[in-house]
Amino acid sequence: MDPIHQFSLSKLIPLRVLERDLSFTNSSAYMLLAVALVCLLMIVFVDRNAKVPGRMQSMAESAYEFIANMVREAAGESGMKFFPLVFSLFMFILLCNLIGFIPYTFTVTSHIVVTASLALIVFFTVLVVGFAKNGTHFLKLFVPSGVPIYVLPLVVAIEVISFLSRPLSHSVRLFANMLAGHILLKVFGGFVVLLLGLKGLGALAAVVPFAFTVALMALELLVAFLQAYVFAMLTCMYINDALHPGH
Amino acid sequence: MAEESIHSEIGRETSGHAVFPPFQSETFASQLLWLAISFGVLYLLMSKVALPRIAGVLAARKSAIASQLDDAAAMQAKAKDASDAHDKSIAEAKARAQALAQQARDRLAGEADASRKSLESELAAKMAAAETQIAETTAKAMANVDAIASEAAHAIIERLSGKPAAADVVAQAIAVAKQS
Repeated sequence: MDPIHQFSLSKLIPLRVLERDLSFTNSSAYMLLAVALVCLLMIVFVDRNAKVPGRMQSMAESAYEFIANMVREAAGESGMKFFPLVFSLFMFILLCNLIGFIPYTFTVTSHIVVTASLALIVFFTVLVVGFAKNGTHFLKLFVPSGVPIYVLPLVVAIEVISFLSRPLSHSVRLFANMLAGHILLKVFGGFVVLLLGLKGLGALAAVVPFAFTVALMALELLVAFLQAYVFAMLTCMYINDALHPGH
Repeated sequence: MAEESIHSEIGRETSGHAVFPPFQSETFASQLLWLAISFGVLYLLMSKVALPRIAGVLAARKSAIASQLDDAAAMQAKAKDASDAHDKSIAEAKARAQALAQQARDRLAGEADASRKSLESELAAKMAAAETQIAETTAKAMANVDAIASEAAHAIIERLSGKPAAADVVAQAIAVAKQS
């Protein structure tokens, strides 16, 4: 009944290395499950010789073209170098979000440390690529053209702060959405159980939170997909900044 | 040692309300490690195996469709050529047939003309021969007419007058009658 309990980690294989707890937990298991499912879809189900794709292969090819088009539109043809990264991020987050929907499972993306790590991968990729490709020219990203000189310091300060806060918003958006959605589902689910425990009219009233749970489930399914999409889309836009900093 | 104390503290709190799990910093190391492993494996498999393979499948399908469309277009062009050649040979045959028919018509018309002309000239010759015969017959008949007329005149005069008629008068009368 505790809505927070679903986020707690349990050690499946305890492991300590150099005074650090590196145990294989339920979170690790679900990460590997997500990776295995993505590989199943993208590798096992894809027949190299299929002239006409089957259902699963169609899904894999749709996913490929969906992300490929996203990268191409947001970051241009030169952004296709980062297509594997964006694709891996999208599929990993999507699968983690979707697996989390199954009752009694664990949602990997509901932990800030995971989403922050993914956001930092993007952040540092953007920094490294931006400076490697454009050198100091990359700093132009913080100096928009056509701004009067007397407001320039303010604009530059805002640009720098917004750039530095990117990994924060990037990671918290996904984390908070998944966390809040799962807590909400659990709370309404808890109401159903609570009301069913009552006799007579109270048990009948359980229909109301149950209807809410069903509706929330649909909404959260949308959110699960949407957050993976938003994460991938923002990654594309940040990469575009790294490749073409002149706006 | 410090971690141990945190653990025990959390352990005590779990019975009541624990630290919010996403903010339990002692789980971060394990999560980071396993995220690095799983995401690293995923990235490697996607970038080295899955995505190039799917790109190959898509490219192969695209080129197969394009080549089949090209084949179809070539086939269509060939069919069109064949039909054009067919039309042309039909037109040629028609023209040849027409020429042949015209020739035959001309020849037949010439032959008919010639036979008609020869028939006409033959008929004209026959007509001329008949005319001369008619003229001869007429002349002969005319000569006979004189004798018959004088005989008849002699006989009539003898019957009417009882005496033979003078031959020269009769001949003169006949000549006068013939004149008119």
